[in-house]
Amino acid sequence: MNGIFDPSILDGIEMLRILHPDGSMEEALRPPELSDEKIQALYREMIFLRLADERAVQLQRQGRMGTYAPFMGQEAAQVGSAVALEEGDWIFPSFRETAAMYMRGVPMAMLFAYWMGNEGGQRFPEGVRVLPISIPVGTHALHAVGFAWASKLRGEGSCSLAYFGDGGTSKGDFHEAMNMAGVFRVPVIFFCQNNQYAISVPRRAQTASKTIAQKALAYGFPGILVDGNDLVAVYAATRWARKRAMEGEGPTLIEAVTYRLGPHTTADDPTKYRSEEEVEEWKPLDPLVRTRLYLRNCCLWDEEMEESVRLYAEERVNRLVKEAESFPDPAIEDMFTYTFAQMPPSLEAQMREYREFLKSTER
Amino acid sequence: MARLTIVQAIQAALMEEMERDPSVMVLGEDVGREGGVFRATEGLQEKFGPERVVDTPLAESGIVGVALGLALNGMRPVAEIQFDGFMPPAWDQIISHVSRIRTRSRGRFSAPLVIRIPYGGGIRAPEHHSEATEAVLVHTPGIKVVYPSTPYDAKGLLISAIRDPDPVLFLEPKRIYRAFRQEVPDEPYTVPMGEARKVREGSHVTVVAWGAMVREAERASEIASSKGIETEIIDPRTLSPLDSEAIVTSVRKTGRAVVVHEGPRTCGMGAEIAARIQEEALLHLRAPVVRVTGFDTVVPLAKLESHYLPTPERIWRGIREVMEF
Repeated sequence: MNGIFDPSILDGIEMLRILHPDGSMEEALRPPELSDEKIQALYREMIFLRLADERAVQLQRQGRMGTYAPFMGQEAAQVGSAVALEEGDWIFPSFRETAAMYMRGVPMAMLFAYWMGNEGGQRFPEGVRVLPISIPVGTHALHAVGFAWASKLRGEGSCSLAYFGDGGTSKGDFHEAMNMAGVFRVPVIFFCQNNQYAISVPRRAQTASKTIAQKALAYGFPGILVDGNDLVAVYAATRWARKRAMEGEGPTLIEAVTYRLGPHTTADDPTKYRSEEEVEEWKPLDPLVRTRLYLRNCCLWDEEMEESVRLYAEERVNRLVKEAESFPDPAIEDMFTYTFAQMPPSLEAQMREYREFLKSTER
Repeated sequence: MARLTIVQAIQAALMEEMERDPSVMVLGEDVGREGGVFRATEGLQEKFGPERVVDTPLAESGIVGVALGLALNGMRPVAEIQFDGFMPPAWDQIISHVSRIRTRSRGRFSAPLVIRIPYGGGIRAPEHHSEATEAVLVHTPGIKVVYPSTPYDAKGLLISAIRDPDPVLFLEPKRIYRAFRQEVPDEPYTVPMGEARKVREGSHVTVVAWGAMVREAERASEIASSKGIETEIIDPRTLSPLDSEAIVTSVRKTGRAVVVHEGPRTCGMGAEIAARIQEEALLHLRAPVVRVTGFDTVVPLAKLESHYLPTPERIWRGIREVMEF
């Protein structure tokens, strides 16, 4: 019968993988600018990021940080995509994008200060093209579309990249964002880190689609399925999407297949919904393991380097914790000040009333 | 000066602001070729082209979310939500993001955008075309909420809203879009947000009403006046920020207050206004504040609509109640 679109027409599309779990590289697919030295430099950052992430979890356990969403296991997806962008590009993070935000220039101490409960940590320095963390899942993809649309109208020659997870693709706003991006052909990249879980709900229970990448087709633009633990493939896929955006081809959806090795947040117990065996199966696919194997194979890495880089990264993490803990506390007035450009009289009255209350308790 | 209706005044404001500032753009469902289902954006696409007057896909949350993104990157979007009853999908974007981006980024980003929404009942429309949900909007910190009731105010307030550095929800009384005309200056002018208008001077009772209810309050005042009771009508024009001062000053003079609104009574704007009156003018009050409002029910369809919406007769009853207390 004519007219039937069967999902099986998509069978046979394989995931993009360039750096294999055994550390071997598909040289023909490797973007030439991603030199061995560049990979080595990125690997050093990944070590730092892993340690910083682990430290954040420890700080939460010690009561020195609030609830925190660790990204362990997703370093390649975040680092590879973040460094594939150009200086003028913008990213729209959700709450697990610490690594991507850091790679785009957000000081790690600010992010730690934010998770310690200080909004001041979200006022990133001018020139850092990163939006504040958006917590309601999937809703910020729309902002990336509008932002990219304005870039296009203003002829800025930059693109916007929105990060979200597999859970986010079930939200209506994700679909409205994809649809509008397709209709208006805006220079936007939808970057899904499919880390297999939305808190406890596994990817297979999130959508009946075989892949998330294929959802792009319904909106009239391509998707790309990429090994999210492969730094090189993530970089290549993002470059490809960026090139399309810059050439006026419009949006791309990237599905980076990865695995959240840690809990959803520090308030979560993943043993309730996934087996130890499953986690063990993913461990050899850890993005740090394969990047290290590659560098070792081409004699750019050894145990000694690993040790000294780790020690140095430890020191950096110690420093950043100190910096985060001495980040200036917000003034009580800050709670009121940023509601409007100019404070309305009724809000001013509330602030004054509270100030007077505080003053009266001093005596 | 031309004699314009409210909808014409809104169209004129959009036209003039788009001429003045190339970053102003209009987006929404049917706002382009069609010129809007109420014709508020008529002629804009012809004049400014489809890049600045954009027919969007049918997605309210999408329209507002994308408008926020545009605003974050230097544009001044004026988004239209076609009917009040289709607001809820966009509330998420308004409450979760539009109203918070300044706070969240500690002032690095702001959302200078306007969301226009024809609101309220009285046009015998289908379900979801007659709601008055000001209380939800006013309860959300970080947005301004504007309710014009005349052509002059509609133009001046919309121009203020477009030029404002913060997000403004601009609620248009669709019931009186074409009900009457008023002299409106041909050139651009602003009416400041947060300042009430004294519609009528009187000494016996203060009636607070906005949007389409101002006309009903005026009609009730005529009944009252024929019985020797002079009402003072205060139209706040902006519900957030609210000009409490104007209301309280009037109540201190009259000692009596009636608040009128279309939306449900419980936790409605009338409750807030009554609370402010008792905070600031308790000893001037000669009677409890009376609320003449819609009921805590779903807005009914055409056959019962006139029983839901406050009428001049119900407002007159409210006035009598405070007079006879």
